[in-house]
Amino acid sequence: MFRIGVDVGGTNTDAVVMEQRTVRAVVKVPTTPDVMVGLMQALGQVLEAAALGPDQVGLVVIGTTQFTNAVIERRHLTQTAVVRLALPANRCLPPMVDWPEDLRAAVGEHIFEAAGGFNFDGTPITPLAPAEIARIGTDIRARGIDSIAVVGVFAPVRDDAEREAARILAEQCPGAGITCSADIGQLGFLERESASILNASLRSLARRTVESLKDGVARCGLRCPVFLSQNDGTLMDAATAARFPVLTFASGPTNSMRGAAFLSGRSEAIVLDIGGTTTDVGLLQKGFPRQASTTADIGGVRTNFRMPDVFSIGLGGGSLVNEKEDRLHVGPRSVGYELTRRARVFGGETLTATDIAVAAGRARIGDPARLAGLDADVVRRALENIESQLALAVDRTRLSAEPIPLIAVGGGSILMPARLVGLEVIRPPYFAAANAIGAAIAQTSGEVDRIYSLESLTREAALAAAEAEARAQAASSGALQDSIVVTEREDVPLAYLRGNATRVRVKVVGDLQF
Amino acid sequence: MRTLNPSDIEALAIGTAILGTGGGGNPYITKLRVLEELKRGRRVQLLGLDELEDDALVLSIGGIGAPAVSIEKLEEGTEGVRALRAMEEFLGAKVDALISAEIGGGNGLEPMVTAAALDLPVVDADGMGRAFPEMQMTTFSIYGHRSTPAAVCDEHGNVVLFRHAVSELWFERLARATVVSMGGTAIGAEAPMRGRYVKRAGVPGTVSQSIRLGHLVLEANRAHRSAIPEICALEHGIHLIDAKIVDLKRHLQGGFSVGTLELEGIDAHAGSSARIDFQNEFLTFERAGRIEVCVPDLIVILDVDSGHAITTDVLRYGQRVAVLALPCHPLLRTPEALAVVGPRAFGLENIEFHPLPRPGERAP
Repeated sequence: MFRIGVDVGGTNTDAVVMEQRTVRAVVKVPTTPDVMVGLMQALGQVLEAAALGPDQVGLVVIGTTQFTNAVIERRHLTQTAVVRLALPANRCLPPMVDWPEDLRAAVGEHIFEAAGGFNFDGTPITPLAPAEIARIGTDIRARGIDSIAVVGVFAPVRDDAEREAARILAEQCPGAGITCSADIGQLGFLERESASILNASLRSLARRTVESLKDGVARCGLRCPVFLSQNDGTLMDAATAARFPVLTFASGPTNSMRGAAFLSGRSEAIVLDIGGTTTDVGLLQKGFPRQASTTADIGGVRTNFRMPDVFSIGLGGGSLVNEKEDRLHVGPRSVGYELTRRARVFGGETLTATDIAVAAGRARIGDPARLAGLDADVVRRALENIESQLALAVDRTRLSAEPIPLIAVGGGSILMPARLVGLEVIRPPYFAAANAIGAAIAQTSGEVDRIYSLESLTREAALAAAEAEARAQAASSGALQDSIVVTEREDVPLAYLRGNATRVRVKVVGDLQF
Repeated sequence: MRTLNPSDIEALAIGTAILGTGGGGNPYITKLRVLEELKRGRRVQLLGLDELEDDALVLSIGGIGAPAVSIEKLEEGTEGVRALRAMEEFLGAKVDALISAEIGGGNGLEPMVTAAALDLPVVDADGMGRAFPEMQMTTFSIYGHRSTPAAVCDEHGNVVLFRHAVSELWFERLARATVVSMGGTAIGAEAPMRGRYVKRAGVPGTVSQSIRLGHLVLEANRAHRSAIPEICALEHGIHLIDAKIVDLKRHLQGGFSVGTLELEGIDAHAGSSARIDFQNEFLTFERAGRIEVCVPDLIVILDVDSGHAITTDVLRYGQRVAVLALPCHPLLRTPEALAVVGPRAFGLENIEFHPLPRPGERAP
């Protein structure tokens, strides 16, 4: 059977057909306002290029930035009620306190605080009061709101109060979309709460978009399951994606890096994804992007998603070559999508990084004759500047002084020299479609992040319990038992707390059965 | 008296992180709370030591507990007020002003929340002039004052009063046990002092110092220039090295984050290397086999581009940092202070404290 990976980006929709671990065909079409149209064009073309019938495809995986863009552009967000289970704790700061005004207005300020949170050891702060939740449900229904976020203190440690509250609210508000924070993120209350609210407010867009994507796949005659790729590079089924759109927020850079790992056959490397305007540089560890340790900002909101630790610089194929007095700098301004009109090699008047790469013989694009008369010294200095910017980004991303390969992907990777700061540079085949390939090869996962008390449990037993639960999660998401491996395992003793509390996080991934 | 505005509070959070010398906890949540108080129309007033009455009753307010819990279970909001009221009741006297025991990190802002609620001034001073890992490491305690009586309050409104502890160590032990049973975090009101004692034992001017530092960094960011030379000029500091972290060893030991950082010089400092040891806060800076700076002088690690502080928990390989040394206040340099906060107090038996020159002093 074949699988198809699609990346629905802001500008282009890329699609790839793969047979086991071999790429059979790659296409690129412009993204359309109604994503279904572009998707259908991409699917149709890629099936044709691979000379396949729709019944030969067993799986379609789609990566999309639609939901991230909706938050950034403040579009398609629905009014959402926030039900906090915390009292008397957490009263000092209201939900969305650190959000930009316009985003808070888009979501509305429908805030309800109730009891039902837990302490770090799972004891209740104050037990949930079902009658109180029912009253809140009545109020929400009276306001005509059908999107609800339920957020409990220490819900990642113990989620039963959130589930019970969600059940009561569902009774009071039939048909409402309810998001529980335990499904969204890890410890860090304000950040998890913000992410849960964003998720709830995106659900109606997510439902429409996912339906539209599934519809597009079906209209191309494909009868196979449709999955979406999530932040950590693993899969979720379409129904889950419709319920948890925020889990796709970082899938773009993740897919590029996973695709780069696959195409190069390297699992420990630095990936440079060079686009038209920017370059994203990140580290691959065991074939997965290294995660950032700090909070991630989405459209001005702090969240605590595990995002790839990507360092971005303003350098890409469309970057302008600026010369001021004796200083020459490439970027950060760029001609962007107008590259094929404004660059010198394409008949334009603007000297871009792509022109420099062509002049230096690193690429054959457009008409090199149009670069006649270009000062060789300018080319040399521009190349030096490009290399020093890339070298700095690589330097910041390295975790050790050991030699590590560099993988260049993305349309702008023609800027990469053959070696950089003494490191080998790999430019794999199909480098421009790394993101769609990353979607196509996605695996499924399970994850546990919880605080255990080591009073009656050894550290090893706590780790083993967490691993067993994560494996069970992955298996229930369709992973082949034998393929499940642990990708992350950490335990952090909690400073300043006696009682031997420790935070354990275990993540496993496995191949999807299809 | 000076009234602080929201941009002062933003600056204060940046400045207290710098004086945290790698520790002290993240001031983000406390900063948001103070800003909310200002939005409600309340005010935070800063009282200079010269404006403080000798007989004024000054109380120190701060959070106690695990930072990992305090990012999830936040305060109800009136803990500080309740702890303060319990102390007033016990003492039979009204509190006139609040103070932070530790300016470095989140606790540098904690008294502002209660101060805004009760319209009490915050004294422009603290008990460390930086951050230290333990409660007894304050100048208040070093110069003979006891933390007890003290009150601890949780989000339910439970208030525990510590009438008397026979030593600071006992207080630390009893307070920790109480806070764990309160769910891991609480607010404490401790060490009621008279104005005349604060003038003698408090590290002066550290709140306004933090605000100045923060404004300077923000202004430099806006103008796209480096904040580092200006920080050095303001603090009489030394720009030790611009470097890349080339090795980082870190582990938890007795509730502290303990480790070593190896640095390799970059740009103007290329070719030189250095090492920093830490225990929550940065303890020593060593270059070419010689300890150039050690605790209680401040070793500060800043992001080389933004000038914002980097704390020990987010240090990582490959970061490009600027390392600065800032002279600590003379109150931390006396023999009685060095016995509590000098290198030997951190188990550094063979290291002698050679103080950095202060303004007006010449380098030795």
